[in-house]
Amino acid sequence: MTTIFGIPLQAFLGQLLIGLINGSFYALLSLGLAIIFGLLRVINFAHGAQYMLGAFVAWLLLSHFGIGYWPTLILAPLLVGFLGAVIERTMLRRLYSLDPLYGLLFTFGLALTVEGTFRYLYGSSGQPYATPALLAGGTNLGFMFLPIYRGWVIAFSLAVCLGTWLVIEKTKLGSYLRAATENPVLVQSFGINVPFLLTLTYGLGAALAALAGVLAAPIYQVSPLMGSNIIIIVFAVVVVGGMGSIMGAIITGYMLGVAEGLTKVFYPEASNIVIFVIMAFVLLIRPAGLFGRDA
Amino acid sequence: MHKNLIATLALMLASSTAALADASDGRVKIGILNDQSGVYADFGGKSSYEAALMAVEDFGGKVLGVPVEVVTADHQNKPDIASNIARQWYDTEQVDSIMELTTSSVALAVQAISKEKKKVNIVTGAATTELTGKQCSPYGFHWAYDTHSLAVGTGGALVKQGGDSWFFLTADYAFGYSLEENTANFVKENGGSVVGAVRHPLATTDFSSFLLQAQSSGAKVIGLANAGLDTSNAIKQAAEFGIVQGGQRLAALLFTLAEVHGLGLEAAQGLTLTEGFYWNRDEESAKFGKRFMERTGKMPNMVHAGTYSAVLQYLKAIEKAGSDDADAVAKELHALPVNDVFAQNGTVAPNGRMIHDMYLLEVKKPDESKEPWDYFKVLATIPGKDAFIDPAQSGCDLVKS
Repeated sequence: MTTIFGIPLQAFLGQLLIGLINGSFYALLSLGLAIIFGLLRVINFAHGAQYMLGAFVAWLLLSHFGIGYWPTLILAPLLVGFLGAVIERTMLRRLYSLDPLYGLLFTFGLALTVEGTFRYLYGSSGQPYATPALLAGGTNLGFMFLPIYRGWVIAFSLAVCLGTWLVIEKTKLGSYLRAATENPVLVQSFGINVPFLLTLTYGLGAALAALAGVLAAPIYQVSPLMGSNIIIIVFAVVVVGGMGSIMGAIITGYMLGVAEGLTKVFYPEASNIVIFVIMAFVLLIRPAGLFGRDA
Repeated sequence: MHKNLIATLALMLASSTAALADASDGRVKIGILNDQSGVYADFGGKSSYEAALMAVEDFGGKVLGVPVEVVTADHQNKPDIASNIARQWYDTEQVDSIMELTTSSVALAVQAISKEKKKVNIVTGAATTELTGKQCSPYGFHWAYDTHSLAVGTGGALVKQGGDSWFFLTADYAFGYSLEENTANFVKENGGSVVGAVRHPLATTDFSSFLLQAQSSGAKVIGLANAGLDTSNAIKQAAEFGIVQGGQRLAALLFTLAEVHGLGLEAAQGLTLTEGFYWNRDEESAKFGKRFMERTGKMPNMVHAGTYSAVLQYLKAIEKAGSDDADAVAKELHALPVNDVFAQNGTVAPNGRMIHDMYLLEVKKPDESKEPWDYFKVLATIPGKDAFIDPAQSGCDLVKS
């Protein structure tokens, strides 16, 4: 049998694919974080809670209103995005003039409050969410058994990541957003409503997190802890990619997912720290991150 | 100036020790220390505190004429935090005994502190047999279950059904090793083999990498030597990767009613598991279950019922000893038989192990479940002497003396 580094080729390919699947979640989540940081200069620690909210909204819609996976894929990000916009408008906005540390502390407190409330209401062992019938089952790829749902996660999140990148880099709305972060006063003097743009951006970031949450619901237990488990990793992804770099966040998300997947084969005990080891190395060599611009 | 300062300090010290002596005479204080916010929050959590309160109420709220008080704290599964709380409770808050102690690494740390300070601790939430093995304590008791009893129950049942080759998914800390080792030994003694194992960090969310390795190992049984949310996620993702359809069996070595409830019968059906308590086993247990349900909104698992039993027995021992002095209470705890809703004719071995019957259970199919929380079929009762390690073989030096 062909082997790579002592691992059978089939197992190696399988792990590579698994890494890409986890990378999809990292990419989607770090994308939202990068957008919020890039445009608002807010380190959004509530991102994990918004991801968890997305999954919980999916579960609540299904168990209380019988609304299935497909409508939820749109409804949950809308709801959580709206909630994000309200939070930005009523609370987060007041902190823009202060040190960025205040935004971090505020969103961190918000995350703890939301997670604590859900843990109180629903416990820690989580709620089950079934895979949608259309995507149930799996196919044998020869080197591994690929659950169809996981394949869908890769394809869908790639599409969403690229779509978001296109909107920000190539459309008029995107150019307003980018201009508003460079020089808000000047952009405002052209008659563009900058505060509204910022609200929209935070809402979009929250919606992306919620979308990742809905995608995750059939794979993981829908648990109040799911956000805090993943958020620290996602922050490392953003730092490695370069704070605020959107394409950097996407590519790094997939890369680190694969790196983590391979660590699980070679030395599983280190799988939860490998990303941070990489982060430390990158910070030593390129403090601005792999795709970041030197300030 | 300096003299004044020293005098004041001396006065403060004197007055605080005086207060300590008075207070510990005036009440009995029990501390419930466990995970209330992490992966094991449903496994024990706040509900264990509720179970302790129920035991105190059922005992009458007083022992030897002084009130019984229960305090609780969250150790976040961190031995350092738990040790700080334990020291604070024992040193400055007059706590007489710490109980529950979910998470083996925490239980071992707190048992060592209790031994040093000569205080009784009763573990219901943690699993490692080390607690009554090499690291046993004359003041330490292990009440509800341990890794050996889980290995004998779940491991034994599956080996009997032909599951003779195993692959382990093991949580990377004291409890996981203990559970894997106990089960692996049991499998080998019964003619089976262990083809591999992989260690995963506590609170892993994605198990697919590990599951693929287990799948390609060709083992007949995949032993999940983990607990709480980790086990739930592993089972859910195993279904996704077609592991059970592929002919391999899953053995959730530590899985209780609380996790089955979280996972749902659809995903959990057919799992074999071992617990020291099932609420719907007889009339008395059902009555206890319903009372617990009214207070907490959920049915008790073996950790909750075990904590109830431990608190009740501790109070009985104080009454019998006529004192809350740890030496006297520990002596009575070793001597008294345990008869309550959790254990029938339970005995406490010299190494601190409470020996009682365990139950081999199977998760019902969704259409077999007649009422909410009606989740298990009792497949067999495992007698205490088979379920737990013979104290003489436990490695505890208290047994020989």
